[in-house]
Amino acid sequence: MADELVNLTVDGVPISVPKGTLVIEAAKQAGVLVPHYCYHPGLPVAGVCRMCLVEVEKAPKLQIACATTVAEGMVVNTQTTQAKDARQSVLELLLINHPLDCPICDQAGECELQDFVFQEGRSGTRYAEYAKRFNPVEDFGPDVLYVPNRCILCTRCVRFMEDVAQEPVLNVSERGDRAFIGIHPAARLDHPWAGNVVDLCPVGSLLSKDFLHKARAWELDKTASICTGCSQGCNITLDTRDDVVVRVRPRPNLEVNRYFICDHGRMHYRWMNRGDRIEAPLIRKDGALQATDWDEAFARVSSILRGASGKAVALVSPGASTEALALAKRLLSGGGFDWTGAFQVVMGEEAPLAGVPNLALRAERAPNAKGAEQLGYTRDYAAAVAAAQSAAVVLVLDDPDCAVQTSGALIYLGTVLGPDAPCRTAEVILPIANVAEEEGTFVNRDGREQRYFQAKPTPGMAQPAAWVLGELVAALGVAEAV
Amino acid sequence: MGYPHKPHPKETVVLSQHFGDADARTYKGWVKRGGYDALAQALKTEPAAVTEVVKESGLRGRGGAGFPTGLKWSFMPKEKKKPHYLCVNADESEPGTFKDREIMRWTPHALLEGTAIAAHAIRAEVAYIYIRGEFTEPWTIMEKALAEADAAGVFGKIKVYLHRGAGAYICGEETAMMNSIEGKRGNPRIKPPFPAAAGLFGMPTTINNVETLAAVPQILKRGAAWYKGLSLSNPKSTGTKLFSVCGHVQRPGNYEVTMGFPLKDLLYDMCGGVPAGRTLKACIPGGSSVPILNREETEACLLDYEGVVATGSMLGSGGVIVFDDSTDMVYQIMRLARFYAHESCAQCTQCREGTAWTTKILERILAGQGKTKDLDLLLDLSENMTGKTICVLSDSCAAPVVSGIKKFKSEFEDYIAGKRQPVLVA
Repeated sequence: MADELVNLTVDGVPISVPKGTLVIEAAKQAGVLVPHYCYHPGLPVAGVCRMCLVEVEKAPKLQIACATTVAEGMVVNTQTTQAKDARQSVLELLLINHPLDCPICDQAGECELQDFVFQEGRSGTRYAEYAKRFNPVEDFGPDVLYVPNRCILCTRCVRFMEDVAQEPVLNVSERGDRAFIGIHPAARLDHPWAGNVVDLCPVGSLLSKDFLHKARAWELDKTASICTGCSQGCNITLDTRDDVVVRVRPRPNLEVNRYFICDHGRMHYRWMNRGDRIEAPLIRKDGALQATDWDEAFARVSSILRGASGKAVALVSPGASTEALALAKRLLSGGGFDWTGAFQVVMGEEAPLAGVPNLALRAERAPNAKGAEQLGYTRDYAAAVAAAQSAAVVLVLDDPDCAVQTSGALIYLGTVLGPDAPCRTAEVILPIANVAEEEGTFVNRDGREQRYFQAKPTPGMAQPAAWVLGELVAALGVAEAV
Repeated sequence: MGYPHKPHPKETVVLSQHFGDADARTYKGWVKRGGYDALAQALKTEPAAVTEVVKESGLRGRGGAGFPTGLKWSFMPKEKKKPHYLCVNADESEPGTFKDREIMRWTPHALLEGTAIAAHAIRAEVAYIYIRGEFTEPWTIMEKALAEADAAGVFGKIKVYLHRGAGAYICGEETAMMNSIEGKRGNPRIKPPFPAAAGLFGMPTTINNVETLAAVPQILKRGAAWYKGLSLSNPKSTGTKLFSVCGHVQRPGNYEVTMGFPLKDLLYDMCGGVPAGRTLKACIPGGSSVPILNREETEACLLDYEGVVATGSMLGSGGVIVFDDSTDMVYQIMRLARFYAHESCAQCTQCREGTAWTTKILERILAGQGKTKDLDLLLDLSENMTGKTICVLSDSCAAPVVSGIKKFKSEFEDYIAGKRQPVLVA
């Protein structure tokens, strides 16, 4: 009954929402963010933090917005004295055992406790004379540290492991103010999706070891991107500090990855910061590669392509943008060659997230295999490598480990060039941007085309592959791909 | 063993008729005393008709909330699509309350009979009797009684299980109890859904207190009109109620009186009053979770649901805790707060942090380090711990604090002003 709407008012704003919507979600439509900790749209409702207390007209007492469903004619007020007092009290109580160590806490700046205390908390505590509860930091898993002193026991992590990951290794141990998040004594928090507990934690209690003390939240630039870890196409945010990618976080997309990403994707970013990049176009002069400018490099490629005919082979990375792949195809097939394109995908182990349908770390560890396939590139990589031997032109697109040998002209567009890379035999080497340095699209395994944006500048003279190939297509005036 | 006292002439002995009579514990002995007649009669009656009789009798839940039992039963789905469950709350942990313990010790078959009748009335296939973990003797007796009743086939198709608690006060809260039976941490659940819609294992469930169910066979046997007639004050409170009296009285114990009986008579006549040379100072009439009454209120109080509310407290579970003039009220209130701080399940912020903070403030006052503003702080804290959480544990902590400060403020002020010798709180 998704089309059945219920009318209600939140803080004086009339709204209509589908029947069964929770007040906390309905309020968002009215532009009201009800403060909350335990509630998370990707987790079952717990109703324990009592932070989202709001006044509902005709209800005998304050209601929690996260567990109250909308009703026709409901009047919700989040800003009455009673509701504000109740929330202020919750904040004061949450702070009595919370160390105010924000200056050394990774969460500072993106901490919901900071935000809401700043928004509607007391200016000072009345809990002055007592020592705060102290528990030592615990090592929960490969990438997760637990700082119990900061914990506000919202239980998001417990519910994630229990209901979403469905590997219930976390619990609430002890009772009363002695309570803390416990881990099964024989278990580690090493589920392939366990890193999400760090994002879910509203405070700095669950920390990523990888990101520990790396940057302050306010120093980070955030860029919408798509994970390149596998063919699922999870939406992510690349957090950069001074043009270095320091963290990958999930970006909600209910159709693809909901609120989560796997640990493989989360850790799959260091290569984006590689320092040993090709920074200038290289052309073969007198048998050796020499740096040059783009004009000369384009001139050399144009003359190679104009002077050749017959077979052309493109060996491409399934991590290249759809735009680059399309232009590479157009350059060769539109240029009158007998064209073959192929890619190879690294395979790994599939790791599903049990609680979310159609969400897994896919065995196919590349973001754009589907896009390449749709453009006519084949998976028969071995055949393409064999065909390359006798091809007139071979174009390698960002596939640095490609074991290519050819009697024709080899053109390599890439980010890196190892000392023993076969592509060192190329006639022309063109420096291109990696995924963090360009804008483009990937097509995920379900055929969903998703855009990613540029998070940092390219090194040296490197340019996005789509730009490079586009310039060549324009220079040669090749027709639309067949 | 042995029941400590003979019934007092002013008692109305219904549930406690066979207390102290070991023979009534056995199946044969119980049948000889007319036991299981009511069950046989109920099984011949339509479930809805049984519910109707209980509704008519005016029986209300004896666990503390006083919800009409027949009405509760009638909330179970009319059309049976899923298995129905009955939970019997024998997790009697409320400080000052020990009535269910005696029912299980002396008349286990009364409880089993009531359980079977209730299961029939709500069309439950399975009943769980959740017995407090510390109740070793009642557990042994119930186990034996259940084995006898099972052997005699009194339950027919209904399967009755005993489930032993693990020592958490909060598991006496009905939804926490359901979690506990399911093998989960005993945390109260948010309502709705209410148990009658989705309770134990997600199925329609009714939870009743031991004393409530023990009264049901009597009601069926003697009729709703008889039970309804047992009312001395307000007609909305009917039947008899066991009161567990403890503290500063000459004869503590369980006393069964008709609803509406004066608390004054219970304390002075039946329990022999406070020890010689002392005077009554205060009384908690319904287990530790309800507001404290001072002497005047205690003496004016009528023991039924409405009467106790009228004097500013609640009937609760009927655990009467009596304090004479030798009592340090600040200490007693601290002791209660500490109990709740220890038992808070840690789900809701107000309860988890509030109960502990309340205890710390009270301990500080007792240690002679209190400040005048501490009393306002306690009241403000209590205000924010009332009506804001999933269950009423934090309300229960706040009730004695608020009423204590209101009625015995000078004692707090004496500690704060340094007029009283500080108490070292361990």
